[in-house]
Amino acid sequence: MSYIPHTDSDRAAMLAEIGVETVGDLFLDVPESVRYPELKLPPSLSEMEILGELRAMSEENADLDHHACFLGAGAYNHFVPSVVGHIIGRSEFYTAYTPYQPEISQGTLQAIFEYQSMVCALTGMDVANASHYDGATSLAEAAIMAVNVSRGKRRKIIVSPTVHPEYRATLRTYTPGPDLTVEAVSFEPETSDFEVDDNTACLIIQNPDFFGQLAAASELNELAEAVHAAGALLIVNTDPISLGLFTPPGEYGADIVVGEGQPLGNPLNFGGPYLGLFACREKTMRKMPGRLVGETVDTEGRRGFVLTLAAREQHIRRERATSNICTNQALCALAAGAYLAALGKSGLRQVAELCYHKAHYAARQIAALPGFDLVGDRPFFKEFIVRCPRPPSQINEALLERGIIGGYDLGRDYPHLKNHMLLCVTEMNTKEEIVRLVKALREIS
Amino acid sequence: MKLDKNCRYMETHEWVRVEGDLATAGISDYAQSQLSDVVYVELPEVGDVFDQGEVFAVVESAKTAADVYMPISGEITEVNESLASPQIVNEDPFGEGWFARFTPSDLSELDNLLTPEEYQEHVAKEEEEGGH
Repeated sequence: MSYIPHTDSDRAAMLAEIGVETVGDLFLDVPESVRYPELKLPPSLSEMEILGELRAMSEENADLDHHACFLGAGAYNHFVPSVVGHIIGRSEFYTAYTPYQPEISQGTLQAIFEYQSMVCALTGMDVANASHYDGATSLAEAAIMAVNVSRGKRRKIIVSPTVHPEYRATLRTYTPGPDLTVEAVSFEPETSDFEVDDNTACLIIQNPDFFGQLAAASELNELAEAVHAAGALLIVNTDPISLGLFTPPGEYGADIVVGEGQPLGNPLNFGGPYLGLFACREKTMRKMPGRLVGETVDTEGRRGFVLTLAAREQHIRRERATSNICTNQALCALAAGAYLAALGKSGLRQVAELCYHKAHYAARQIAALPGFDLVGDRPFFKEFIVRCPRPPSQINEALLERGIIGGYDLGRDYPHLKNHMLLCVTEMNTKEEIVRLVKALREIS
Repeated sequence: MKLDKNCRYMETHEWVRVEGDLATAGISDYAQSQLSDVVYVELPEVGDVFDQGEVFAVVESAKTAADVYMPISGEITEVNESLASPQIVNEDPFGEGWFARFTPSDLSELDNLLTPEEYQEHVAKEEEEGGH
C-alpha cells in the first residue's frame, strides 16, 4: 500500500504549475550515472569489510587521540570523566527529547533543575534556564532579552570587538528583523570610551575575552555601574572553566551571563552539539528566553519538578513570547551537570589552575623563541596571542605534519592581527606536548 | 458576576472609572473568573503614554497570559504596586485590584465603551457562545 496521497492528476497539476513535464525533470541536476533506478553502487560488502572501510575513512580525521591540540577560540579540549558518559548514556536520558509533556518526566526535569542550580552557583546569578543551542545563541538571545527588558524602547546593542567574532556574526542575524542597531566599540576597561545612551539596551563584553585576556573584577564593577547608571544592562559572555578560578560575573554586576557550556563535560565532537549557558537576575526572569524548570511540592507535600514561568514561552502567547526558542540541549546540559557534580568546587578550581599554569608556562617558552612575541599586557587565562614570523596558515600546516593542531589565525577576523595566532593550553596538554610545540615552532620559524 | 455601575467596559473585559481629572483601569470580575488564579501582573511605568486599545499591561494566570488594553487614551500617573500580591485581582477586581491610574487625554473616547448594562449583555452572549 502506498502512503503517498497524491493522485496522478494531483501530480500533473503540480508539474504544470511549476512548468516541467515529468518528475524526472526535477532531477536533471543530478548526474545521470548516479540517478535512480540504477544507482551503480559498488558490490555490497560484509559488515566486517564495511566497518574496516569506514574506520579507515574516519582515521583520515586529525583527532585528539593522535594529535596534541593547541586550538581553542571558543571550543575547548578538556578532560571528560567517564562517569559523564555513563550517566548520559542511560536510555532514560539518551533517547528522550526535551519534555513537551514535562511533568511525567521527573528525572529529566530534576537533571535540568540541578544543571540550572549549578549554572547559578558558577555564574553568581539568581536564575538560569535549561540551556540554549550554543554560546552564540545564548549571547544573541541575551541581547534580545535586554531590548525586551526595556519594553522595546531601547533599540541599540553595543558589543565589544573582543567578543567572539562568530558570536557577533550570530547576533547580527538576529537584529535586522526587529530592526535593532548593533554598534561595535573598542572596549578598554581603563578608558571606558564608549557611550551608553538612553537608546542603549545593553553592553556585551566577554571575560576572559576572545584573546584569552582577563579584566579585573574592580574594573568590570565600575563598568557595570556606568552601564546601570545609563539604564542599560551588562551582558557578560564567559568561559565556565575560568569561573573555577576567577570572580563570577554575578559578583561584578552582570545582569545576564551567557557562555559556551561545551567545556563542561562535552567533547569537541567536530563542532557540536554544544550548549549555551544563560543566567540572569530574578527581577528580569520573566523576560528570560528558553525553558525553565522549577522545584515545588505535590499535593502530598513531596518534592517535585515542573516547567515554570511558561507564559514567557511561545506555546501560550506566540506573538508576544519573549523568544522563539522552546527547546533546550537537554543531553548536553545533563553532561555539564554530571561533569560539575563529579568535579565539585575544588575539582573545577584544579582544572582552571592547571589550564592557567600550563598556558603561562607555554607562553613563556614561546615568547623566548626568536621571531615569536607574546602580545597583550593584560593577565590571561588559558589562551594567549602570539605574533608569528610567518603566516599562521603555514605554521599550522607544518605543525600538523608533526602531529600538532596549531592555533587560531586571528588575521581571519582582525585585519590588524595578521600573522598573529591565538594559542590555547588546557589541562589536557602534557608538558611533553608543550615542549614538542615549542621545538616545532623553533624549527618552523 | 459582580459589576461596577460606575465603570465603562471594553469588550475585552477591561474597566475604566473616571473621577475628576483621573481615571483608573483594571480588569472585570468576569475576566478574573475566566483567568483563574492570577500569578503575575506586568504593569506599565509611570509616564508611559498609551492610546485607546493599546496593550498597557499583561496578566498571567495559572492557565494563560493575556494582554490588557487601555480603555481610553492617557498618560500613566500611578501603578498598583500592591499587585506584587497578584491574588488581589481575583479578590477585588474593581477595588484593591486596580491596575493603573492615568490622566485621560480625550474623555469623548468613553463613548466607544460599553455601559454596565451593555457589558452584562456582552458577557451573557460570550457565555452562550462558550466563552473563550
